[in-house]
Amino acid sequence: MSSPATSPYPWADRRLIRRRRIKLRGDQVTIAALSPDTANRRHLGRFDLSTPLFVLLAVVLCVLVLLPLFWLGYYALTNKAGSPTLANLARLFTDATIRRAFLISLGMAGCVGVFSCLVATPLAWLVARTDMPGQRLVRSLVTASFVTPPFLGAIAWAMLAAPNSGILNNIYRWAFGLDQSQALFNIYTFTGLVFAVTCYSFPFVFTLVANAFDKVPSDLEEASAILGGKPGTTLRRVTLPMVLPAMLAGSLVAIVQAFTMFGSPAILALPAGFHVLTTKIWSFFQFPPRLDLAAASAVPLLVVTMLLLWGQRWLLGRRGYTVLGGKSGTPRRVKLGNWKWLAGAYVLFILCVTILFPYLALLKVALTHNISEPLSWSSLTLHNFNFVLFEFSSTRLAIWNTLILGLATATIATGIALVVSYLVARRAVPGASLLGMLATAPIAIPGIVLGVGLFLAYANPTFGLYGTLWILLIAFLTIELPAGYQQLSSAFHGVHPELEEASRILGATRLKTLWQITAPLLRTSLIAAWCFVFIGTIRELSATVLLTTAQTKLVSVIIYDLNESGDYGAISVLGILLLVVSFTVVFIANKVPVLGGAAPRSGS
Amino acid sequence: MSNKKVAAGAFLAALAWGQLAWAGPPEPYKVTDDLVAAATKEASVVYYTSTDVQVAEKLGAAFEAHYPGIKVQVERAGSERVFQRIGQEYSSGIHNADIIETSDASHFLTFKEQNWLTPAVPEDVAKMWPEKDRDPDGFYAAFRATLTVIAYRTDLVKEGDAPKTWTDLLDPKYKGKLVKSHPGYSGNVMTATYALSQLLGWDYFEKLGKQGVMQVQSSTEPPKVLAQGERPIQADGNEYNVFILQDKGVPIKAVYPAEGTSIAYGNAAILAYAPHPNAAKLFYSFMFSQEAQQLNDDFGGLRSVRPDVKEKSNRTPLSQIKLLDSDPSNVRDAVEEIKQKYEEYFGT
Repeated sequence: MSSPATSPYPWADRRLIRRRRIKLRGDQVTIAALSPDTANRRHLGRFDLSTPLFVLLAVVLCVLVLLPLFWLGYYALTNKAGSPTLANLARLFTDATIRRAFLISLGMAGCVGVFSCLVATPLAWLVARTDMPGQRLVRSLVTASFVTPPFLGAIAWAMLAAPNSGILNNIYRWAFGLDQSQALFNIYTFTGLVFAVTCYSFPFVFTLVANAFDKVPSDLEEASAILGGKPGTTLRRVTLPMVLPAMLAGSLVAIVQAFTMFGSPAILALPAGFHVLTTKIWSFFQFPPRLDLAAASAVPLLVVTMLLLWGQRWLLGRRGYTVLGGKSGTPRRVKLGNWKWLAGAYVLFILCVTILFPYLALLKVALTHNISEPLSWSSLTLHNFNFVLFEFSSTRLAIWNTLILGLATATIATGIALVVSYLVARRAVPGASLLGMLATAPIAIPGIVLGVGLFLAYANPTFGLYGTLWILLIAFLTIELPAGYQQLSSAFHGVHPELEEASRILGATRLKTLWQITAPLLRTSLIAAWCFVFIGTIRELSATVLLTTAQTKLVSVIIYDLNESGDYGAISVLGILLLVVSFTVVFIANKVPVLGGAAPRSGS
Repeated sequence: MSNKKVAAGAFLAALAWGQLAWAGPPEPYKVTDDLVAAATKEASVVYYTSTDVQVAEKLGAAFEAHYPGIKVQVERAGSERVFQRIGQEYSSGIHNADIIETSDASHFLTFKEQNWLTPAVPEDVAKMWPEKDRDPDGFYAAFRATLTVIAYRTDLVKEGDAPKTWTDLLDPKYKGKLVKSHPGYSGNVMTATYALSQLLGWDYFEKLGKQGVMQVQSSTEPPKVLAQGERPIQADGNEYNVFILQDKGVPIKAVYPAEGTSIAYGNAAILAYAPHPNAAKLFYSFMFSQEAQQLNDDFGGLRSVRPDVKEKSNRTPLSQIKLLDSDPSNVRDAVEEIKQKYEEYFGT
């Protein structure tokens, strides 16, 4: 524990607080006499739960993160008889199919990173630093493309841009009177895959870069302008260099996303006749499963992901250019003038490609018998809705399971993230930073790797969790914890500890303070983190696909199953249901004041 | 001590005797009021299947109409995926499924050896099923037969231009026009790939791999891809989905090549640890009834081995098609080779 003299947060020092508490005891007695409620609180409040809670959390996080990794390592390094071997890892180098899948994965992820950055940066600049109208709307629509599960987006793009039946290709042929052999797009190619993944990875870059643009201090730009720099020069030599770290970091996140993605490659790469690493790992699970090879192939995925994330940290940590001083003055907004038409066209194009076209395609396919049927009143049918809602026996169970898991994961993960980020931010217990590291660690574990690890760890008879919702809950908690933790730990920096201090002085324990003071103050961040985790759970496929059984079906998995048998109509209906549910939950979470501890409390 | 020794001895004997240890088929059973009552009490039956999901749900709905109060939960995936699921579940001690049915007959050899099945012989099976279409020990019987065929869109490909034989598909003019399903997913295609690799050699697949085929997973999908207009010709895929789409008015036609057409028998069985044993028995018996088999034929376009099922007149009768039969145990021995060669030639 730091001494009061050197710590930037003297209130975090227990000794000091204890001393203050003793001084104030007289006042406390008065307060206790005034309020019957406080007397009870004081009684309970004597014992600070921080330390046992810390131990408990450390154990839980260790189990969540380390146990699956241990089994992964064990299977990768042993043979069927259980004796140690390097043969599985050697197979990574000798087996050309694994090597090829690995290289394709790397190439695909790299391209996605570059294109995400190229697409997102101008968009972020337009939204943050120009006078373009409708900026708020654009921001929230980009967020909407984050709500769209990438696998659903990939299927929608298969409907739009399959070379012969794709809606866009049909329109193209019709418009130019071309014959069937002509096609504008072919989504079933490497390029098509990069495109479809980029559509749902660029929001990561966008968010980071838009935030960075928001924070660029205007005085530097003004200085450039005063010294005679034209707007273009200022942008190129002052503004862009300052957001460069955010661009790179965002691209790395997009690369990690693409590299670890399972759904979109399974939907677009397999028909094109190639594997990426994640689909290759999945193929090892065909019966009889080759768990040893699956575990070994997961190792390069894990290592590369960790390297990329380490690179991202390093970039964000190099604060040479970035702005730590906060905002100085309102950001200068570039007047677009007549360029606003071009800017508007660009924004509209992005929104069409990522949201409008895919959603319309889903709607069209849901309402017709056949994808290539021209749309008319007579071709409209509710056949697909009827099948999904009334004939298809998996629907109800899957929607129910998805909702339950989404709500449970979001609530528990946000709860754990809140406590952990509190303990870390306020240095409440020795070694709290260790908790922070554990809570961030799963971000380096790709979903499918975690799926393999969890299957190995919990499917055995000791736990017997496979086939229950518990194993999925554990998986989702592990996968989503980093997202929740990162949101909340950054939020903690924005809350001044004065109020917490006051609560502690009045005798409340750390936990009580957290519940009654800090959580309500962090309300918006809490809701944001909760929604983040909820959406993340809804769109998860890579770990889920290995861990579900008939009784624990999720909507994402039945969409995937239906895709394998080409039932586009049913997929569209389920996809629309999934989107409606996700948007509704996110909407409610943002509107209902009770959530996130927002209800006014008399005590605080 | 001696008890343990006896048990160990019996266990070893069972291992040594293998299949010979089965005691022969149990007595055929009828649907009695007691069975219906016990099944209704269990209220649901879980059906793992590789039949096209719309067809399987129709069967479920027909059963529910007969026995109100019993819900049929259909879990549909490709044969090889169902195999993977049940394998993962039974190896982990999870017993969700009551009935299992896939189109890869070799799976049932494994299920039987692993003691994952309950022997049961519905009355209809005992009376009407040919010997070759049911297990001698009563563990399973052929619920359906599926042909794997070439097919094409009659409006996009002229009859004269359509492929007539498997080797016709290697003609350069079909490059980029074919769609094909995957033996690692579909039991029909696994069986067909085995049959064709025996008949034509792997050379055939190596050349087909260079034809720019669109690779889908399920053998139910190529006819749907044809219907969408994404590709005009299927290099392999289900016959029954072609029939279903024909009935819906899609201009699509199956081709029965002169070299022969692969047939796969889709067996069904009751699982050993079925959570709803009585409902399972009831549903299992219903699956082989005239009504269900006729429904499979009428709505699902499936072939039936039940003699009194009437085939639609517009379909080529099974007797006029040259069939390629595959021995399930040979298919099982070739699975690893098929998967490996397939990935070599087709990329996945």
